[in-house]
Amino acid sequence: MQQTAPSHHRRSLAYSASGDRVFSVIIALLASGVLILAVLMAWELYSGGADPIRRFGLLGFLTGTEWDPVIKKQFGAWPYVLGTILTSIGALLLSFFPALGAAIYAAEYAPRPVAVVINYLLDLTAAVPSVIYGLWGIFIMAPFLRDHFYLPTYLWAANHAPGLLPFLGNPSGYGLLTAILILAAMVVPFTAALARDAIALVPAPQREAAYALGATRWEVMQMAVLPLSRTGIIAGAFLALGRALGETMAVTMVIGNSHKLPYTLFGGAATMPSVIANEFTEAVEPLHLESLIALGFYLFIVALVLNIVGGLIIRRQAALARGVL
Amino acid sequence: MNRDLNLRRRYWRDRLMLLLLGIGTVLALLVLFLVMGYALVNGVAALNWDFFTKDMKPPGETGGGLRQAIVGTIIVDGLGLLLALPIGIAAGSLLAEYPDHPLTPPIRTLADTLNGMPAILKGLVVFVLIVKPMGTFSGFAGAVALGFIMVPIITRATEGVLTLVPKEIREAGLALGLPRWRVILSLILPAARAGIVTGVILAFARAAGEAAPLLFTSFGNPFLTTDPLKPMDTLPLRLFQFAISPYADWHRQAWAAGLVLFALIVLASALARWATRRRL
Amino acid sequence: MEETSVPKFFMRDGALELSSTKELVHLEARDLSVYYGKRVGVGRVNLSLYRNRVTAFIGPSGCGKTTFLRSLNRMHDLTPNVRVQGQVLLDGSDIYGPGTDPIQIRRRIGMVFQKPTAFPTLSVYDNVVAGLKMVGLRDRKRLDEAAERSLQQAALWDEVKDRLRAPAAGLSGGQQQRLTIARALAVEPEILLMDEPTASLDPISTQAIEDLLGTLKQQVTIAIVTHNMQQAARISDYTAYFLNGELIEMDSTSKMFTKPNDKRTEAYITGRFG
Repeated sequence: MQQTAPSHHRRSLAYSASGDRVFSVIIALLASGVLILAVLMAWELYSGGADPIRRFGLLGFLTGTEWDPVIKKQFGAWPYVLGTILTSIGALLLSFFPALGAAIYAAEYAPRPVAVVINYLLDLTAAVPSVIYGLWGIFIMAPFLRDHFYLPTYLWAANHAPGLLPFLGNPSGYGLLTAILILAAMVVPFTAALARDAIALVPAPQREAAYALGATRWEVMQMAVLPLSRTGIIAGAFLALGRALGETMAVTMVIGNSHKLPYTLFGGAATMPSVIANEFTEAVEPLHLESLIALGFYLFIVALVLNIVGGLIIRRQAALARGVL
Repeated sequence: MNRDLNLRRRYWRDRLMLLLLGIGTVLALLVLFLVMGYALVNGVAALNWDFFTKDMKPPGETGGGLRQAIVGTIIVDGLGLLLALPIGIAAGSLLAEYPDHPLTPPIRTLADTLNGMPAILKGLVVFVLIVKPMGTFSGFAGAVALGFIMVPIITRATEGVLTLVPKEIREAGLALGLPRWRVILSLILPAARAGIVTGVILAFARAAGEAAPLLFTSFGNPFLTTDPLKPMDTLPLRLFQFAISPYADWHRQAWAAGLVLFALIVLASALARWATRRRL
Repeated sequence: MEETSVPKFFMRDGALELSSTKELVHLEARDLSVYYGKRVGVGRVNLSLYRNRVTAFIGPSGCGKTTFLRSLNRMHDLTPNVRVQGQVLLDGSDIYGPGTDPIQIRRRIGMVFQKPTAFPTLSVYDNVVAGLKMVGLRDRKRLDEAAERSLQQAALWDEVKDRLRAPAAGLSGGQQQRLTIARALAVEPEILLMDEPTASLDPISTQAIEDLLGTLKQQVTIAIVTHNMQQAARISDYTAYFLNGELIEMDSTSKMFTKPNDKRTEAYITGRFG
């Protein structure tokens, strides 16, 4: 090394093998910030929420239906767990086919400029801040749904099928269904982006082979494209579910924030992130605070599992597509 | 003939599927259009010069602006970016340039995992780590939470761009007798600059719109402050608080804040696109 | 179907009679050009494929032989920016004519690609009958018969008859290529276009596929693009030589490889052959 850089005698130390070693150590030290952040996250959420989990039991905390920070000092997370499950699964189900449709349309049908616009808009959907969705949800969407859907349905049920009323709940506009709808719109781009990637991974000769058999565009999708991209599309659904679980602001703004069970379709509900957002700064009792952190810990675990499983599926999918090439 | 009848049916199915895909696409983008439209209309009506030059008024009073939130956003986001940049770029470089380093596989996995973690959890962690020991909410804590969000995005973006740098550049540098660190710092990173800038802009835009992790870190502050050790206001946070308030004038200002944030996001993504295009 | 004692075959700059006996024209390209944007991929080719004959397209890389082949069953329709001009007459009617349906054309003119394109997640059986199921054939017995017949034709039956239900991804490259041939044959095309079908295969699989062509031509007309001069000489009845997007000449394979008319053909063949 020194011989090849003779004019750098003074800096020879930096230009020697040890210079490289020092650099790689510096890089690794900085990079391990990622590692430290991840470990800190897991550890702080675990230790911060350890007390209520110990007190109510690992499962007891999860399945307890009583969340009363004021009088009984009892913390059971079930209302929030249920709310999170209902909203995120509901949002995923509602958004899955539109998202898949948009991805397929952009990837296989649309002329190139149109596809570029669709993809840009999908990216934008993901980039718009949650609070802006929430703002629109509070002032536009919820009142609209109340006036044109919830109230008419409620009144119709009151006259014709009073048995339904307990399931419909308070048609104020702020509640479970509104949260599901807005969440569905927000997770569309995550499903769509991964479906798009998975479809793009299908080698062109596979498509051509189907076309050469005399297939229509849709038959090409059925025969060549969807079978090979299926796993990637499923992975996208997993990751979208992960997003839906943790979505906080927009949901908090429209869900009505009521943890009174049983939940109804139109009535208020609450999710794990929404209760953390609502109560955290007002929690004075240590146990209350720790219970909220414990909720975060459970959220962390679920998001972790979904991300790992989704990531594994994506890697398998990529390997499968490479194998075909 | 049987074949022909079938063909018609197959074409109908093809057309029907196209129709369904089209409907799906419209549904998928419908809410975005509505949100965009309302943010634009209501935001433009609400936005005025005071929004940028005056601080917020106490509850119930009309007028004023959100200068304190704008200044706070700049400080908290800027500070967060400063914290995230070295870690993110170093981690991205490690992943791309040192594939055999023992830390590479775990860091790659953890970066993805961190990226998929709900933002509110990052706020919780920073609360426990910084707010509690310091005994006060602060702009600094908010910056750390936002940096937390930016790090994994910058990491993966940097890695992605660096792996696109032609191998020849690397080999040419090494063939000149330059040490590896010199090659990375003076050849590879500059060659990938536009792509890294794109990643950084997108990470910044993503963090700039977040309110959830700031709820219990920077907390919000109705008064203008430039001291990052005090609670600090940001636009998303203030938008949230105004939107759930009962005051009409605050609602108006929430729409103005929404439009400003929206413009920021669109601007950032346009900038990112422009930077990427120049690279090619 | 038109019968001509002197098959139509024109050079760009004038008519040239083909020194062949009575042959039936099956597919005929007239003044066919393919453009990639503004660039000419193939310019004004006139060429006929004869019924139950194997025609080989040879020429250096980038000479347009694959581009030309793909224009014969409208595969270029799928790529934006590619424009085809001229006519391709299938039994006398233009496949690019108004009201002609590319999907029906592709059923009559099948195609096999350079790399095996078996659908990896489908079973061997489902691969073979994919084209039949697509058009709505559900009759189990007829599907089974078609599968066995096509696999027999593709000389693959004996190797896969015990694992028809296994995914196609488990077959070797040579088997997958024969599977795609079987799949193309199952829909009973009249013409089979093959784009370097043995380029990515080992010598034994190549041998199997070459043997196949000799028997296949009893039922279908075959056009095959190949890089391999010996292969063209072994398997084809006619050979067409392409250079820089033009058809230089076409004649019976024996004549092309012994005394070609054009100097350029001779240079290419003597350079690459022997």
